[in-house]
Amino acid sequence: MASASQLAASLKPSASPEMVKRAELSEIDASTKLPALFFFGSSILWLLVGTVFALLASFKMHMPHFLGDYEWLTFGRVRTAHLNAVIYGWSINASFGVAFWLMARLSRAELRHSGLLLIAAAFWNIGVTLGIYGILAGDSTSIEWLEFPPYATPLLFFAYALVGAWAIITFRFGRSKHIYVSQWYVLAALFWFPWIYSVAQIMLIFSPARGTVQSLVNWWFAHNVLGLWFTPIALGAVYYFLPKVLGKPIHSYYLSVLGFWSLAIFYNWAGVHHLIGGPVPVWVQTAGITASFMMVIPVIVTAINHHLTMIGSFSALKFSPTLRFTVFGAVAYTFTSLQGSSMSIRSWSEVTHFTHYTIGHSHAGMYAFFTMVMFGSIYYIMPRIMLKEWPSAKLISVHFWACAIGVSFYVLVLSIGGVKQGMEMNTLPVGADGKVGGPIAFLEIVKNTIPWLKMRSYSGILITIGHLAFAINFVWMLLKPGSVGASAPTLFRNAPDLEVTR
Amino acid sequence: MNRAPLIFLGIFFAMAFSWTGIILTNQISYGKLTPYVNLDDGKAYPQSLPGDAARGKLVYQDLGCISCHSQQVRQPGFGTDIERGWGERGSVARDYIREKRVFLGTMRTGPDLRNGGARYAGQGGREWHIKHFYESTLTSAGSIMPPHRFLYETRAIVGEPSPKAVQSLLPAQYQPAPGFEIVLKQRGEDLISYMLALKDPELYPEEAARVYVPKAEPAAKEEAAK
Repeated sequence: MASASQLAASLKPSASPEMVKRAELSEIDASTKLPALFFFGSSILWLLVGTVFALLASFKMHMPHFLGDYEWLTFGRVRTAHLNAVIYGWSINASFGVAFWLMARLSRAELRHSGLLLIAAAFWNIGVTLGIYGILAGDSTSIEWLEFPPYATPLLFFAYALVGAWAIITFRFGRSKHIYVSQWYVLAALFWFPWIYSVAQIMLIFSPARGTVQSLVNWWFAHNVLGLWFTPIALGAVYYFLPKVLGKPIHSYYLSVLGFWSLAIFYNWAGVHHLIGGPVPVWVQTAGITASFMMVIPVIVTAINHHLTMIGSFSALKFSPTLRFTVFGAVAYTFTSLQGSSMSIRSWSEVTHFTHYTIGHSHAGMYAFFTMVMFGSIYYIMPRIMLKEWPSAKLISVHFWACAIGVSFYVLVLSIGGVKQGMEMNTLPVGADGKVGGPIAFLEIVKNTIPWLKMRSYSGILITIGHLAFAINFVWMLLKPGSVGASAPTLFRNAPDLEVTR
Repeated sequence: MNRAPLIFLGIFFAMAFSWTGIILTNQISYGKLTPYVNLDDGKAYPQSLPGDAARGKLVYQDLGCISCHSQQVRQPGFGTDIERGWGERGSVARDYIREKRVFLGTMRTGPDLRNGGARYAGQGGREWHIKHFYESTLTSAGSIMPPHRFLYETRAIVGEPSPKAVQSLLPAQYQPAPGFEIVLKQRGEDLISYMLALKDPELYPEEAARVYVPKAEPAAKEEAAK
């Protein structure tokens, strides 16, 4: 394996011969330590909170009386609390941490006055806490993806303004002349998010637009949070960690540029596919379908770039936790994006819209892709800012397999159950005599979804186990005494040919 | 070469593209849609919700009913909404112009509610909902809607029993102890008022002239089936 020494170097900074460059990097890493720790720590806390809400919501679907007498924990509120806890709590906190670290490293700039970022992090988390409390207490707006009550959002805006400003400042003070593609993604995401968030807040909550213009704003926002915030952050991370861990350059620079611009142009039109067949102008729906389908271009381009970088280095997956999570995420990105494009086709949307199939798809995107990439990133970043290694390879292994199997099973069962549900709900049965019958009774359809919903709950338990392993490992790492230079990187197994374990 | 300004411009225009196309264009083209005034009865359609139903809409909002229920009827030939009796026609944009918050919804774990008030109307509809919210399987065997008993209260009878008591609608196992009665809280009353008020009017002339209705299709289908 030609890249063995480079792989070793990337896994263990002190093993590198380029000591000077390493020293600079570790200074930069150190400057991000406090904010990154705050963001990661709170994100993991929210991940656990979100997981509890997820389990409650999932079990309530097939056990409607479970905790049924508490208004605070009724299904509609718990499900909403789950969504907002994992989006604004886990995902955005984690992406702030990863984005800052990437930005500082790639710009070759120390984070200045990182204390101010701690204030931003504190405000963000107070905002999310208030928001979740508001949802459970009955102040939800019931606007999908924007359920936080209006008294929570100003805090989020304030926090975001600090975060955005600091990232730009870090970029401006950078010593790097070259702008790497990961920085493109992160910078673009940082710019796009406040735009869509403020338009959505104004046109939906503070001065609501008339009628279904609201729905257009709603789905323009909600899909763009995925497409123009989570996707670029996670793709930026993949573009960084994949070559970094493998110790070889990304397959093609030109493809990465093409992938970026085609994503920027097509993704922001795609959100309307949530309204296909709904009471909004048909031309916007058609434009949305077109854009959703054009997304095949950036997805294929990015897939070629990632997977061709990976080719020939698959054996490294046996050792590196970061690589394993990141590659799982990259593969899931290809899958979920192509699935999403297909779901925008009118005749297929007719079946899958309004069903559990969509829920499966959204978890393929937000979990199998985004969350897994964030896990991989945190596994890489934490040892570098803490200057100590992950305490347990076993727990990382449990984390990976529980989450990977859990989410794959989750997507599989909801896809099957959802298509079944959609076929029964939207097509008229044709009898043996060729006569078109009346629609299948609705409660019959509900009954048929229950086995799939139960299997979803089981996969949720598996995912929960993975999260617990991750959280335990994280806390353990914070508490254990540091041992600079004496420890080897935590790999899944000893890798004799890598010579990194001494 | 510092390409940052160029990259930033690209990023800006990419977003401006969809913002103009999806948000601005539609806000201009139908963001000021007005009600249709029927000269025969002098009323403007769609009509706004009566006060108690408007309060009930806020209950619908805070309980997160949108998680499982949509409020949009698909057009004939797209899905089976019409065949299911979820509406006499597909929903159009004008139906929603009075709504400060639009609950189109994206999930149908439960049925569409756009015309729920037409399916269960009047006193019978009210009683159906009283049972349904207390225990959904009383009216709909196999339903997985959670019980909404927090919208009710069991209280001691003081003096005469309340005329609003609802336990007579419930089966034996839900009867309160002697001397107690079950009544709806105000939130429950409001929510039911909202449910009963959900009904779209007849199609407005402007849309009726525009919407394509494939009249010949059912016959053609039967022909093909033979």
